[in-house]
Amino acid sequence: MLIVRRPVRRLLVALLPLLALAAAACSDPMTTTDPQSDFADTVHGVYQIVTILAAIVFVAVLALTLILAIVFHERPGRRAQQFHGNSKLEVVWTIIPVAIVTVIAIPTFRAIADTTDPAPDDAITIAVTGHQWWFEFEYEGTGLVTANEIHIPAGRATSFLLRSDDVIHSFWVPQLAGKVDLIPGHENELWFTPHENAARPEPYLGQCAEFCGLSHANMRFRVYVDTPQNFSAWIEAQQASRIAPANEATAAGETLFLSSSCVGCHTVKGTAAAGSIGPDLSHIGSRSTIASGIMDNDRESLIRWISNPDREKPGVVLMPAFESQMTQEQIASIADYLLSLQ
Amino acid sequence: MATAVETLAPPATQSGIWSWITTIDHKRIGALYAITGFIFFLVGGVEALLIRAQLAVPNGDVIDPELFNQLFGVHALTMIFLAVMPMGAGFFNYMIPLMIGARDVAFPRLNALSYWIFLGGALLLTSSFIFGGAPDAGWFAYAPLTSEQFSPGRNMDFYVLGILMLGVSSMAAALNFAVTIINMRAPGMSLLRMPVFVWMTLIISALLILALPPLTVALLQLLFDRHYETSFLSPGGGGDPLLWQHLFWVFGHPEVYILILPAMGIVSETLPVFSRKPLFGYSAIVFSGMAIAFLGWAVWSHHMYTTGLGPVQKSIFAGTTMTIGVPTGIKIFNWLATMYGGSIRFTTSMYFAVAFIALFTIGGISGVMHASPPIDTQQQDTYWIVAHIHYVLVGGALMGIFSGIYYWFPKMTGRFLGEGLGQVHFWLMFIGINLTFFPMHFLGTAGMPRRIYTYDSGMGWDFWNMVATIGALVIGVSLLVFIANFFRAMGQKPTAPNNPWDAATLEWATTSPPPEHDFDLIPIVRGRDPLWFDRDHGHAPAAAPDSAVHIHLPPPSYYPMMMAVGVLLLAVGPMTHLVLTAFGAVVIAYSVWGWALEPTD
Repeated sequence: MLIVRRPVRRLLVALLPLLALAAAACSDPMTTTDPQSDFADTVHGVYQIVTILAAIVFVAVLALTLILAIVFHERPGRRAQQFHGNSKLEVVWTIIPVAIVTVIAIPTFRAIADTTDPAPDDAITIAVTGHQWWFEFEYEGTGLVTANEIHIPAGRATSFLLRSDDVIHSFWVPQLAGKVDLIPGHENELWFTPHENAARPEPYLGQCAEFCGLSHANMRFRVYVDTPQNFSAWIEAQQASRIAPANEATAAGETLFLSSSCVGCHTVKGTAAAGSIGPDLSHIGSRSTIASGIMDNDRESLIRWISNPDREKPGVVLMPAFESQMTQEQIASIADYLLSLQ
Repeated sequence: MATAVETLAPPATQSGIWSWITTIDHKRIGALYAITGFIFFLVGGVEALLIRAQLAVPNGDVIDPELFNQLFGVHALTMIFLAVMPMGAGFFNYMIPLMIGARDVAFPRLNALSYWIFLGGALLLTSSFIFGGAPDAGWFAYAPLTSEQFSPGRNMDFYVLGILMLGVSSMAAALNFAVTIINMRAPGMSLLRMPVFVWMTLIISALLILALPPLTVALLQLLFDRHYETSFLSPGGGGDPLLWQHLFWVFGHPEVYILILPAMGIVSETLPVFSRKPLFGYSAIVFSGMAIAFLGWAVWSHHMYTTGLGPVQKSIFAGTTMTIGVPTGIKIFNWLATMYGGSIRFTTSMYFAVAFIALFTIGGISGVMHASPPIDTQQQDTYWIVAHIHYVLVGGALMGIFSGIYYWFPKMTGRFLGEGLGQVHFWLMFIGINLTFFPMHFLGTAGMPRRIYTYDSGMGWDFWNMVATIGALVIGVSLLVFIANFFRAMGQKPTAPNNPWDAATLEWATTSPPPEHDFDLIPIVRGRDPLWFDRDHGHAPAAAPDSAVHIHLPPPSYYPMMMAVGVLLLAVGPMTHLVLTAFGAVVIAYSVWGWALEPTD
């Protein structure tokens, strides 16, 4: 008897602080419970209704189980009552789940309709292409192509056209929207409007959510929500063509870069580098990370990356390990050049 | 013995390893399934512990990414196809003929064939770790990641061919059990007098018979895409990767019910016995089982909410998925009502049964939550889903299976598992499960994706990952306690009486363990709970017949095992050299011939 009661009670008491801690999870960078766009709000609204109902059912069924286990535990003189069922009760507990499910279904259907509306006409359109293992972004109508980091304006809709070049990936920035898959041979659309007050200097973190091979865990991206002014400035800066080397060192880096096999895969606008296999590097110096968000964008990381990408991000075989083709000085020179591409 | 000129003489021995290889006794085959399933359960457990070790801390480097990506997929395949399904099949094999008062299944040699093909498929799949790499695209193996282009190794071939073999095995077993249950019940056992466990087995058989063909089609498409230049699944050649997802989940979702319904059947046996009263709402439980199985066919796209389905499809699949919550809720209420008014004996089996209700409910609730497509867009492919499936499959299916193990162990072995060790096992496992899987809800809510071998610190995921890893270790320790309990029990003398728990179903009418022919006299069924009906209405057990009466049992046979070897060769061929496939076909043809001409007395 006591064996049943004590540990279970202890367990329930232990669960309460757990729930409190879970609530604190709101400050986590990929939290699903701190929505910052209309889409995320809609989802969170349904989530809250369903979570409250789920909590009620959870407590009720567990309490009932525990109470029955305790009250009807065998003891001297007790005889089990022999009955087989009760039609009225069966009706009652058919209606209970039907009612709960109905309460969940109505806001669900409404939210499905809300989140599949067509995007407004003034929406910014970004074509997203999934690659193993990085995201390519092309701002339609601007010629602006970038990778793994994007800027979008607060208070205005952005529409994402989701495609894939190889396997299935999934586009997910939890605070801004639920995930939608990138499927080869299909095009999916996702749009949302970040809150007016969602603009901030720190990025919203995103990550590929569909297993896509060896470095799936390393396929991350960042979404910066800017004020409209900052966004316009960013677009303008990113549209700039070739950034002339500011000093001799970066000029040497550019020469080396353009004479190496880098140009076969990467584009730097306004130069001979026009490859389209790897990320566009025209303004790589302005990004905060490299290697799809797993490394800071600084000199030391760039040198490590160029030296041996596969060591930093397993499975990156399309880009060779340049440590076997170049000296460390040459690699550092290219890193300096890339950082100058603001 | 005219036919013996052309075929092998039937095996003669009744003991030793050959007697197990050639056995067609449903009880021995059941034991083989159960033990093999449990061994693979331990293999799957080790895989899980490696995964948890890697994820215990951010940027962990216990195992490399290649191995991690193999482990999470093979862990799922092992637990689903090589552990939970065969442990369920162990109970079907051992118990169904006994529970319906029969002397064996309808097709005893086919039954042996199912086991040996299962073993071949299981070994093929697991051997991939030795022969160049295990499947590394998850158990769901989404195209086009599985194509020759993106998975050039042999990894995915082991997946395709291993699962094809397991499918053949399950198909044969499902047909066998459906025929057995429909045709071989003892006199008086009408359909609505069948024990719920038998009902669930019948329903699972129907699910398997209908669910395996779409999977087989998908696997053959993948096999042909990989090896013979077709492009069913690759967009480059006019195919569509989403085709795989539809076919896979048309199988995959019913598969979830294939895994959970045996546990529902088991607790529907153990809850009444240990509450000392009849099951509450027998018909409601049986018909809601059917409803779950039926609705299970109309929900597959809820695995695909993020693939760009239109609003109408999303709404329909959300509606059907939520509807499954209704029969499931009915079952839970009926189980609780079965405890109401009882005089409950808290044996270890009962602990597991009650824990089943509680933990399965948690998995059920979280399931209804992401039945809602908008919510699912945030929970899909996160640890929230990992928490959900593990509450259903560990908190549900496994708790049910352990309830069944403690309950039927005396019937199967004549010995009792220790209650003291049993309770230690139970509490460790109960605590371990909640410690491992409950925090995964928090991880999912904090946005941690599934199937990532590494994560950065500062995401708010560190603490709960460490807790989950500790929980996994606790589950591991609980299983060591169970294994100790098993060997301790097997070292004792068999003392179990026919019906130690005062249970109501026919398997308790014969000796523990039962004789090879199960029943000296086929029992007569007079009510839904036959042994209780006879007890309460003063029907004494019929006198044992004269021991001189001959009970005919089919002789053991080499051919099921031989044919399974042929099937294994058939499967290995596409990976190595098609000569092996041809050789396998010859072995199968010879086995069929010998099988057909084998004397049956």
